[in-house]
Amino acid sequence: MLELDRVSKQVGTSLHINDVSMTLEKGSLNVLLGPTLSGKTSLMRLMAGLDKPTSGDVRVDGRRVTGHSVRRRNVAMVYQQFINYPAMTVYENIASPLRLEGASKSVIETKVREAAELLKLTEFLDRTPLNLSGGQQQRTALARALVKGAELVLLDEPLANLDYKLREELRVELPRLFAETGAVFVYATTEPHEALLLGGRTAALHEGTVTQFDSTIDVYNAPVNLQTAQTFADPPLNTLSVQLDNGSLMAGDRSMGSLGQRAERPADGAYSLAFRPHHVSLQATEGHSVPVQAIVGTSEITGSETYIHVTVGSDHWVVLTHGVHRVNNGDAITVYLDPSRFYLFSSADGSLQLAPVTNALAAA
Amino acid sequence: MAQITLDKLAHSYMANPKNDNDFALKQIDYVWEDGGAYALLGPSGCGKTTLLNIISGLLVPSKGHIRFDTTDVTEMSPEQRNIAQVFQFPVIYDTMTVEENLAFPLVNRGVDKAEIRKRVGDMLETLELTDKASRRARGLTADEKQKISLGRGLVRYDVNAILFDEPLTVIDPHMKWQLRTKLKELHEQFGHTMIYVTHDQTEALTFADKVVVMYEGEVVQIGTPEELFDEPAHTFVGYFIGSPGMNILPGSVDGHQIRLADHGFKVDKHYDALAGLTEIGIRPEFIRVTDAAGAAGKGVPMQVSSVENIGRHQIVRGKINGHSVDAVVDEDARIPAEAYAVIDTSRLNVYQDSHLVRASR
Amino acid sequence: MDNKPLNNKAWFFVLPVFFLVAISAIIPLMTVVNYSFQDTFGNNQFFWAGTEWYEEVLSSSRFHDALVRNLIFSGIILAIEIPLGIAIALSMPRKGIWVPVCLILMALPLLIPWNVVGTIWQVFGRADIGLLGRTLSELGFDYNYATNWLDAWITIIVMDVWHWTSLVVLLCYSGLVAIPEAYYQAARIDGASKWKVFRYIQLPKMQRVLLIAVLLRFMDSFMIYTEPFVLTGGGPGNSTTFLSIDLVKMAIGQFDLGPAAAMSIIYFLIILLMSWVFYTLMTNFGVDAPEKEVD
Repeated sequence: MLELDRVSKQVGTSLHINDVSMTLEKGSLNVLLGPTLSGKTSLMRLMAGLDKPTSGDVRVDGRRVTGHSVRRRNVAMVYQQFINYPAMTVYENIASPLRLEGASKSVIETKVREAAELLKLTEFLDRTPLNLSGGQQQRTALARALVKGAELVLLDEPLANLDYKLREELRVELPRLFAETGAVFVYATTEPHEALLLGGRTAALHEGTVTQFDSTIDVYNAPVNLQTAQTFADPPLNTLSVQLDNGSLMAGDRSMGSLGQRAERPADGAYSLAFRPHHVSLQATEGHSVPVQAIVGTSEITGSETYIHVTVGSDHWVVLTHGVHRVNNGDAITVYLDPSRFYLFSSADGSLQLAPVTNALAAA
Repeated sequence: MAQITLDKLAHSYMANPKNDNDFALKQIDYVWEDGGAYALLGPSGCGKTTLLNIISGLLVPSKGHIRFDTTDVTEMSPEQRNIAQVFQFPVIYDTMTVEENLAFPLVNRGVDKAEIRKRVGDMLETLELTDKASRRARGLTADEKQKISLGRGLVRYDVNAILFDEPLTVIDPHMKWQLRTKLKELHEQFGHTMIYVTHDQTEALTFADKVVVMYEGEVVQIGTPEELFDEPAHTFVGYFIGSPGMNILPGSVDGHQIRLADHGFKVDKHYDALAGLTEIGIRPEFIRVTDAAGAAGKGVPMQVSSVENIGRHQIVRGKINGHSVDAVVDEDARIPAEAYAVIDTSRLNVYQDSHLVRASR
Repeated sequence: MDNKPLNNKAWFFVLPVFFLVAISAIIPLMTVVNYSFQDTFGNNQFFWAGTEWYEEVLSSSRFHDALVRNLIFSGIILAIEIPLGIAIALSMPRKGIWVPVCLILMALPLLIPWNVVGTIWQVFGRADIGLLGRTLSELGFDYNYATNWLDAWITIIVMDVWHWTSLVVLLCYSGLVAIPEAYYQAARIDGASKWKVFRYIQLPKMQRVLLIAVLLRFMDSFMIYTEPFVLTGGGPGNSTTFLSIDLVKMAIGQFDLGPAAAMSIIYFLIILLMSWVFYTLMTNFGVDAPEKEVD
């Protein structure tokens, strides 16, 4: 179990990590989600012992390890850039941590073959990394991390330099691979849907602070503030300033529907209304009851879905619909919103005031 | 603006290629329409960057010709072809300001000062960089630098074609989204022929009117995003496009009957008997997972191994009669313990030796 | 970097080197400083002389002349070697079979011991038996580095250029090779001429390496001793007596320890000052540091 207790990291005048506290359980899968330079790599380095925090403590199973060099810890790290020993064969690369531990030849043989098998590298064992494709090089780095049997496995955007399809395949395999070892697994990424696909728990990072650390689907469904919601949205959320007045939402003189029957209704006042692009429909249905007039901008068809960019007054929204819809730039259309899918965030500090009810939350 | 014709074009990096496998790019004949937005989509090593470099003039092909309108440009250098190229990572001139960067290609071609100022001003506005115009290009963020790279290409109004080599690789997902839309808007506004190389299907499908899918040096299919989605001509296209890709299962056809995963389905179309390896493809989007009541006799039992909730929908991974199958279901759908998969039989695709077979009637 | 967890064992590895440096450099340096403030009549008796030696050195015309010679020499050397080095680096191939050949050719002059370099040129340039000297005499030139001060200067400069330009070449080459191909491709597409490619892509990217080259060449040329000493011994007359040669004459020849020590210290401080000036100029007027590389 890894604990970070009010850890901060100051470099020069900037605060790279600002007062982060989190507990990572054994055998758990943890995702660090945030844009570039939000502190993901800095945080991982502090977890590993590659860097010393300027304040705060790092504890492993209750023992203080702050300031202990990474060599004394049992950590494995995989990077974005396929780091391998270029002069050694794949076999030797995977065996290197075992050799450092002084394991016997037979143990090395068994473990290396096992890892190679799991990562589909058996036929490449006697090649050097430069003669492998990107995906194979990264698999080698992963195999090396796997055999180490580390207590803490850190992966820093490991799939970012790989092909789209390769990424999909490896993403499915990774959690399975490391689940068996019982290690604490930490995965950094900039892509929200990667976090969702991996599952586990997600820490949303913004400029060095962890805004929320919860099970991934909970962070997605009930983000603690607008910033976290936006970090976790791809495409971005559509937002609008509204006034809540006795259950009715008004944007200027346009009606945005009513909140209807909801357990906790926030007080009347000004809010930021947000909803997801795929919760907008091009037709009126029972749920999609709030009509809004919009002007079409660009539309993008992916074959299975259509993204339509629209302008509503001075706001720009994105509508994501299933199937193919042909609309032209400049067309006036009506889009229908579903109030049961609205998020309300405070205008003052962006904190969450109201979230849509979902299956997961209803069950909980 | 120009129409680009590829005539028996092929390329090998070896001095003396002996057989097909020695060619990084196998023979391709194609006409790129003037003003079209195209994407070259494929995995690493499929030859898409080679093809792009041949079109831009950075590489001279070992065989064949390439024409811009009626001019044969096969031997011409990039400057002579009048094209613009945007690279994977931002290429900017560190010592110059944003304005100077954008003006550079025009200055080199001797365009007069007033015209340069006008065009650069317009471009700054389009790229939303007006307030950063006099700043040193070096201090900007990655996406701003990439915008400058892009701007340098667009500022030449008469450019024949703009080529993009995986331009959004270093950009964050949020900015990626905005830049992609911006590219599409720029295409609608200026109407240049644009060719976009990527391995990311979302980028390719959202940007292009027509997508060229490549695999191991060969063009596998050229079509609109809907065509590629609904009727992939090759099992590779079915697999590559769509997330997750198409389910490809062994099966057989006989008249109005299609068998897959050891289940028989009656279909409206008629298929003649087939020799060779027969496979049936069905996209996960066209499989519903429900309980016995919902299946109403039309479903087949499915063992669900995992359900992934990715927000806007859920991916159900399981097996039908031992064959792995993925299905995409609504975000609110409940997956029952005893699950049945209801397949939309009108969306089944038949493949013989990996190539699409059309119904005989 | 300074926030890595502390590993105190590292200090033990440094101790042996520390002792060596102490014995061969620090203690002698302290001794020299000591001598520079004292006077002796021999017999190991020393008297405090204050700044008397410094004043004497700083006001001596001998010192001024040598200093001027050094400044002119370094100036000429930098003016020739830096552009020449850049030019050669630009014309070296970056890929293919000729790369190792060129690199070895460039490295060869650097491998020759410095006194041998001096000897080579000494013999080479002799009017009677030297290949160069004899040829020039046959062609009608009145060339003799031992008697004509201009010939002596030209010979020393050519010798230094021959010896050290390779260093500049290798440094610049390493900077050039690091430039990704995409920059050249983009420049071609932008229609940039060769000069513009040099000015806007190659030169900025070579900036850091050039700084090292300039600093190294300045310091080494300002401290030059072996080659001119072997070649001309400081002659003819005083024309090639650089500060270092003068200093050795004073210290070992005349055994004037006090002034020699003072001159050493002054010499050291001048080099330090000028290096600092160069460094500050180049880092502040070049492309701003540090590079925020996008990865």
